[in-house]
Amino acid sequence: MSDNEPQTAEAPASAEDLLSTRHTPAQRIQHILHGNPALSPLIVLVVAVIVFGIFADNFLRPQALSLLVQQVAVVGALAVGQTVIILTAGIDLSIGMAMVLSSLVMVKLNSDHGVPGLIALLIGVVVGLLTGLLNGALVTRLNLPPFIVTLGTFSIFTAVSLLYANGQTIALDPDALLVWTGKTISIGSVSITWGVILMLLLYLVVGFALRNTAWGRHLYATGDDREASQLAGISTDRVLLSAYVVAGAAVGVAAWIVCGRVGGADPNAGLNYNLQSITAVVIGGTSLFGGRGLVIGSLIGALIVQVFNSGLALAGVDPNYQVLATGILVILAVSVDQWIRRVKA
Amino acid sequence: MTETATSERTGPDYEQQPILEAEGMVKLFGRVVGLRGVDLRLFPGEVLAVIGDNGAGKSTLIKCLSGAMIPDRGTLKVAGQQVAFKSTAEARVAGIETVYQTLAVAPALDIASNLYLAREIRRPGFAGSVLRMLDTKAMRDHASEHIKSLGISTLQNINQSVETLSGGQRQIVAVARTGAFGSKVAILDEPTAALGVRETAQVLRLVRDLREQGLGVILISHNMPNVFETADRIHVQRLGGRAAVISPQSHSMQDAVAIMTGAMTVPENEQSLR
Repeated sequence: MSDNEPQTAEAPASAEDLLSTRHTPAQRIQHILHGNPALSPLIVLVVAVIVFGIFADNFLRPQALSLLVQQVAVVGALAVGQTVIILTAGIDLSIGMAMVLSSLVMVKLNSDHGVPGLIALLIGVVVGLLTGLLNGALVTRLNLPPFIVTLGTFSIFTAVSLLYANGQTIALDPDALLVWTGKTISIGSVSITWGVILMLLLYLVVGFALRNTAWGRHLYATGDDREASQLAGISTDRVLLSAYVVAGAAVGVAAWIVCGRVGGADPNAGLNYNLQSITAVVIGGTSLFGGRGLVIGSLIGALIVQVFNSGLALAGVDPNYQVLATGILVILAVSVDQWIRRVKA
Repeated sequence: MTETATSERTGPDYEQQPILEAEGMVKLFGRVVGLRGVDLRLFPGEVLAVIGDNGAGKSTLIKCLSGAMIPDRGTLKVAGQQVAFKSTAEARVAGIETVYQTLAVAPALDIASNLYLAREIRRPGFAGSVLRMLDTKAMRDHASEHIKSLGISTLQNINQSVETLSGGQRQIVAVARTGAFGSKVAILDEPTAALGVRETAQVLRLVRDLREQGLGVILISHNMPNVFETADRIHVQRLGGRAAVISPQSHSMQDAVAIMTGAMTVPENEQSLR
């Protein structure tokens, strides 16, 4: 690089124009994925269904697919709350145990104390909201990192649940309102539970609010760049708190769904749900760094995990490979997210 | 290229009431004096540059004007009305928009969303009042109209996310925000600090456009050529006080640096006090 080097004939402006029109195929894909965060998980889901449809007997049978969707209901509902929190660049490690606590309150009030099902349900949902409020208040008022806050509340909710239930599983009468979410409705040979419909409604409501309201836009902006959002006039603490409260509401809905699935309440049910909800969100294309992603992606993410689990099981593969597959999917999803984030104009 | 626009200008109307008027602003940080009774007057259609060495009180001054800090003493008037801002939101309501040195935009949101961040338009009727739906189309239309009226050709697609823009284009979005909502005063803190030559020229052209629209603009900058190219008057801060108010016509860049460092003082009758 010497000063004597002859200048090229081309003016810099035209050279720039030349550059900007030349996108490699990889760049074009990067651009499309950048604009549609749920597209890559959708492609993975479709491909996985086709592949397992070919290699695993019975996979594409209506009964198998119905069961698959039913198995997703609880994680799917929790993933709604988890998505809202992760969009703010936070994380909730306690969400599964919060759900267990909420479902225990519902079931114990109903079966041990004779509280009518509807009132027990509402009190349980309030407990769910309070767990979210507690997490949110600790994050915003004490300015603690969400990871640490929810790691702490995870242990607290676990302990409270086990103490409250004496470590015992409680079964409910199959006709009780609280287990209504486990009842199936059949259309032909496809049968889904009311819990699945409830979960889909949750996606609809939260998806609508995120997409169409100022609250949604402020949530994305806050997760994207908290300082800039504050300078723009957004009350970011209030937005963060609202995210945890919305997650609390999702916890309440998920608690009702889990009651239906286990036919009562099980204090030991929540351990896996924490990480499964995060897995669903991440595989669904929502960025752990906040501000990017769609709630519908998390439903697709939850379905992908279940498709791999059911497909591998039906193909007669050792169950440990299911866990292996989930691990690989998570790492792939985060790598794709990192790549998409480096998009250039 | 830009000289013609500057010379054809009629200049700010100093007969009018100042759009922003600060008197005797004092700000103390413990025993450290941040501002020692600073006066500042800004007129509609004027670009007032604020220059000064590090620690001269530039940032403290503009923070007191934009509501980010509450001065310990002094009065502030917007268009003749006395005000006392407790927050930047209050200042914004009064028509004072500030662009901070750090790019105050949300990268993943598109240009229209950024322009309307924290003041979104809702749909009329049921959809807006009950479902609280945003009027995305109206916001996009207004945003592209506004961008067009500012003559910014480099931002073609209003639905583009801001992170795909260059630093200069992002800053243009941030500066364009200040003129979008019927504001009276735009305070720009080092808007060109991180930009290249071409992008700087674009932002400065936008600053002049804001002035043509009748806004009062306060421009904080370290870059003397930029200041002398753009400003109508130059407010020089030194050691927490106002050292002088000069104009690009009355003094040279060397003079400005000399005043900043204390090597030169200007008698009041030679200043551009208005």
